[in-house]
Order: sequence, then structure tokens, then C-alpha cells
Amino acid sequence: MSQFSVPWQPKQPYSYGAPARAVIALARLTADIATPLLRRFPGPILIGAIVTVCLGVWAHALVFGYVDQRLLTQPVADAAAFSYFSPSTWGLSPTLLHARLEMAGGQGAALAGLLQYLLWPVQFQIVRDGIALGALFGLFNIIPVYVIWWERKVAGRIQSRVGPMRVGGWHGWAQSFADGIKLVLKEDLVPKEADGPLFRIAPYFTIIPTLVAFMALPLGATYVFRELDVALVFILGVLGVEVVGVIVAGWASNNKWSVYGAMREACQMVSYEIPMGMALLVPVVCVGSLNLRTIAESQAGGWFDWLAFSNPFAFVAFISYFIASLASCKRAPFDLPEAESELVAGFHTEYSGFRWALFFFAEYASMFVIAALAVILFLGGWNSPLPGSWGDALGDGLAAQGFKGLLFSGPIWLMLKSIFLVYVQIWLRWTLPRIRIDQVLYACVQVLLPLTMLLLLGATLWVWASTSDVGWWAVLTTIVTIILGLIGLVFAFGFVGIAAYGFYHRRRLVGNLVIDVLPGS
Amino acid sequence: MYCRGPEGTVLTKRLTAELAPSDSIGSSRLGGLWRLCGWGLAVAAVLVLVPEVRAQQKVIIEPTRVPYQSVEAPPSPLLEVLLFYAVAGSTVFGALAVCFTKNIVRMAVWLLVTLVSVAMLYFLLAANFIAAVQLIVYAGGTLILLIFGVMLTSKSPWVKFEPSKVEVVYAAAVCGLLVAVLAFILTATIWPPAQEQLDATTVADLGRSLMTTYVVPFEVAGVLLMIVMVGAAHLARQEKQSP
Repeated sequence: MSQFSVPWQPKQPYSYGAPARAVIALARLTADIATPLLRRFPGPILIGAIVTVCLGVWAHALVFGYVDQRLLTQPVADAAAFSYFSPSTWGLSPTLLHARLEMAGGQGAALAGLLQYLLWPVQFQIVRDGIALGALFGLFNIIPVYVIWWERKVAGRIQSRVGPMRVGGWHGWAQSFADGIKLVLKEDLVPKEADGPLFRIAPYFTIIPTLVAFMALPLGATYVFRELDVALVFILGVLGVEVVGVIVAGWASNNKWSVYGAMREACQMVSYEIPMGMALLVPVVCVGSLNLRTIAESQAGGWFDWLAFSNPFAFVAFISYFIASLASCKRAPFDLPEAESELVAGFHTEYSGFRWALFFFAEYASMFVIAALAVILFLGGWNSPLPGSWGDALGDGLAAQGFKGLLFSGPIWLMLKSIFLVYVQIWLRWTLPRIRIDQVLYACVQVLLPLTMLLLLGATLWVWASTSDVGWWAVLTTIVTIILGLIGLVFAFGFVGIAAYGFYHRRRLVGNLVIDVLPGS
Repeated sequence: MYCRGPEGTVLTKRLTAELAPSDSIGSSRLGGLWRLCGWGLAVAAVLVLVPEVRAQQKVIIEPTRVPYQSVEAPPSPLLEVLLFYAVAGSTVFGALAVCFTKNIVRMAVWLLVTLVSVAMLYFLLAANFIAAVQLIVYAGGTLILLIFGVMLTSKSPWVKFEPSKVEVVYAAAVCGLLVAVLAFILTATIWPPAQEQLDATTVADLGRSLMTTYVVPFEVAGVLLMIVMVGAAHLARQEKQSP
């Protein structure tokens, strides 16, 4: 224990109680059973887990729909059965549910004896909210874990390395979990001269707003925790609050570098929020709604119907939004608040352990939120590139619903597109050099801000012109849409082609350094 | 702002002692006063909630429920009541803490608590747009500018806020006037009866009325903000050239 001489008093070894020892024994047993399986079949297990999650989410939606439409026959008018803590009561009793299950018929009636107890809790809104919040919290946790792992892999590839390879067996897929365990076990240091309470609370100011943003973010037409008519403004607002945590962290650390990082963050955030909001107003003007669901559903007609390709102003607005969003979630080339070559680690220099991990969870989760907003507003939301009308021809059966959810519109498409945009953010970070703070502010105030103002004006005029009945205008709109869509297609296929080329030659390193000719390979 | 007026009372002294930055930095133990506040809130909550629950129960006990038909009971405001008192409590507590804290950055953090709580109150009133704007403009923008200003102007790391006696008198006068006006409004207004279900005003309606009925005040406010911006730019420029 004491082979290191340390300036602080080492803690006494802690003896664990019986419950903790039981948990540890259980964890060891699980690890002994799971490790060989995970080492042997990592790919099938990963894919199986994703498919199981998707099916579980779908099944839960089906169950809720069944309860609403078949059992609670007056779901909307029947407010009491739905309200919180339903005063009336304990809702419909299992006996009543049994009768309704038998009335509904089908498979449900055969299993009514069991289902009456299983479905009883689902009639309360508070239970449903609990389930949905649990799912959201899981999503919120799993995104940073895998995006961090992926960032390390991408960074490795870009720098001719391989990235984490050991933990878990297959390409180090469990690296982030191992890091998480390490971070939780680390000592939570608070500098002597820091402002203690503020230092401790600052990470929560960054992570809670991001979690709140997930509540209003729709992942699919019906996959949203609370559908707000002002979801867009709300998400921007809570992501703005996130910055306060960074500033308070930098200030409370009482460290020059941290304060510099915090000041840069404040500067950057105040200036970049304006072009970001302006660029987001362009799709809002084009659709005429602030409701994210309405905006996404107006783009259901396939690739050429996506808002980014609807007019040239929206196309440029997408790009300027993406640049401004990089600055607002402090990603390279705008990562000045944590510029490690100048400021040690910027605002989180003094943090360690769990609180440090919270900053990174918040950063990666807000990267995802920013990307999902871009997808919903500009890139068709949860609609696939295929026209949604093709899917409508399939009918409404259960199999058709599943097929449509996979191929035409469903949360899986939103996730894929958002993850792609997150990948682009990672790619940019490891490609571009960091720019200076005066360049950051010049780019915002003198380039991006006037540009987005012009874009907003142009989009407004475009929408106004589209309401007129001039014949040639419709022709012009179609031609412009086709040209912009083709540009997008060229980019998409170009990306896929280059990625395939890279995958085919994945064993080749940059220049003449080929693994196959290296000694010992 | 730190008011020196009622400093004689024991309670205020304890409050200032609790909220002021302690010298033993790094320890954030719960003091006796915090525990007292917690118990006070809990007792107040019980006092408020018990009649609410009993009123609810009276509605329930009436045998209006018939199987296979809709249940005749009003939607429960119980959770809303609970949330309202929690959020209103945090608003008031945050505002008081802003008054009694001496450290200026902690003041800003307490101000954040108040502003976010006000946004939550708007959400409870189904005023979604105002709530989101409150978050963007006050919690996001103004507060950052405030902290930014504090960080740029302060010379020592732990800035203490020590107003002079004249300032305290002015502040007390303004606060007294505000309280008097608010009390007058509260008593003089005939409030409409409470609605059970609030209708959320849609953003489109809001925008339409801003562009038609209230277009003149809207534009005047825009011009005012423009003047402020030009003035600020002018001041900043002069400061830059003077040395």
C-alpha cells in the first residue's frame, strides 16, 4: 500500500460489507461466463443486442397501442384513468381488465388471466413515463460510451495507428466501459484553493441540460418523450444553459488556464448561438412550424424532398449550421476552451474521476443532439431516402409495419444519419488544425453572421415567391431541387465509394509504409 | 444585492454566514440552517398538500364509477400542485440567496437557479414559447454575459460585494416601491376563475399578433435594441482608442 510516498494522508483500506461482496462475487461470476462468449462471438452479440433493443422498443409501442385502443376504449376522454396518481383510484382493476381483454378477443383473451396483471400498470401515464425515461437515460449513456470508442478508432486510423485493440477482444469494443470503471474508481480531487461547492456542482450544470434536451428530441414520429410545439427553441435554450457549467467549472478551479478556457467558451458561445439560430430559422421558414415532428414529416417524399435540397438557401444554411454547431459544442477546429497545446486541458484541467467523465458525457451527448437536430431539420429526419409513398402501398399489417419501420421511416434512420454527422465531426477534429480565438470570432461575426442573415432573407423571399402562381417558378424550383439533390447524391456516393476503397485497402498504411512489407508482419 | 438593513437579526446573520464563501474551502457540508430550510419546506408542503389530497379523495369516494364507462373525475392537479410549490420554492430561495451571497460568481449561479425555475413555472402554465425564450435569453445569454463581465472586471479571485450605505438606502426604496405596486396590483385585480385545462397558445398565434396587433411596440422595441447596440459599439470603440 505504501510503496509510494505521497504528500497527502493515504486513506485507510476500506472493508466492504456483505452486499458489496455479494455484488462483486456476482460480477466475477458474470465475467467468467460472459468473457469467453464475448471473445468468441463479439459481432453477432453486438448485432443481436441492437436488433433486440429495436424489437423491444417496437414491442413496447405495440403493447401501449393495444392497451390504448383495445382496452381503454375511451382513451382521450377518459382523463382520470390516465392522469398522474389517478386520484380515482388505482385505475381499472385487473378484474375489469380481464373482462375487457375477453371483449377484445384474439390472442389476448386466451392469456387474459396473466395479462390482466401484466397490463394493469401500463394504463398509468406515470408508469409509461418511467419506462420512457429509463430508455432515454440508457440511450443518453450508451451514445457517449460508443462515440468515444469510435472517436479513438477513427483518430487511430487517421494517424496510421489502430486505436484501442485489447479490451473485450474485438477491436477493443469494451475500452470505454473499462475507462468508465477506472474513472469512477479514481480519487475525486478538489484543489485546495478552488471554490469547493461551485467546483463540485459545475459538471452537473453541463450534463443535466443535455439530458433535458433528449426529452424534447424526437427520434421517430411517435418516439418522443414530450412533444413540444417549440421543441426547436427549447433544445437550443437548454443547450445554451450547458455552457454555464463550463464557465463555472473554469472559474471555480481558480486556475489561470481554466479561467482562460472558460472565457473563451463564453466568448465563443455568445457569438455562435446567433448564426446557429439564424441558420435553423431557414427550415422553419420553409415549413412554417417550430414543431420538429411537423418539419420532419414534411420531408417524407424521399431524397429530393429533404429540406437541404429544397432551395439553395437551405443548402448553404445546412453547412453554416453545421459549422456553428461545431463551435457551440466546442469541437475542433473550435475546441479553444480545452486547447491542450496551450491551456493544459482548459476548463477541466483540475477535474478528475467521475466529474471529469461527466464533462465528456455531456460533450458527446450534445454532439449527438446537435447532429440529430441537423438531421431532423435538413436531412429528412427519420425518413429514409426512399419516397414514403412507396411504403404506404404495403398496407398496415404487423409485418408491413415492421418492414416500413426498417426501410422507409423509423428511428433507425435518424440514428444512422445522426451517427454519420457525429462521424463527420470526429473526422473534422482529427483533420483540421485548431484556429486562433480572433479567427474564431472573425469567422462568426464577419462571415457567418452576415451570411446567415442573407440566407434567412433569401429563404423568406423564396417561400414568398413559391406562393405565387407563376408557371416558370415551379419549373425553376424543380430544376434547382434536382441539381442540389444530385450534388448531395454525388457527395453521398463519393463518401461511400472512398470508404469502400479504404476498407478494401485497410491493411495499407500511408505512403510506402505497407504492413505487408514491414519486417515481422 | 447584499442588503445590510436587517443585519441585526440572528436569522439573517446565520443566513449570510452560511451562504458566504467559507474559508475552509473544499468542504460543503450541510449546515444547520439548510437543514432548517429543508424541514420548513417539508412542513409547508405537508400543510398544503394534505387538504389538497383530502379534497381529491372527497371527489373519489362519490360512487360515480360505472364499469365500461368513462370515469367521472376531474384530471388530478396533485402533481401540478406539488411541482408548483417545489419550483416556486426554488425560485424564491434562489432569489434570496442572490441577495445574501457576497461572492459575485456564486450570485450568478443562484441567479441561474431562479431563472431556470421561472422557466419551469412558465412550462407549468403551458406557456411553452415564453419558457423556451426565457431559457435562451436569460439563462443562456444574459447570464453568460454577466459572468463574462464579472470575470473580465474582477481583480481578485474572490470578489466580495460590499455596497455602500447610500446604495442600500436606494435599493431599499426601490424594493419597497416595487413591493407596494405589486401588492396593490394583487389586491386590486379581479382575477378570472382558474381553468382546469390550460390552452397552450401556439407560436403561430403569438407571431401573428406580434405582426398585426402589437406591430408598433414590437418595432419600437427593435429600434431600441438597435440603439443600445450602436451605443455599446461606440463606447467600446472609444475605450479602445483612448489609451
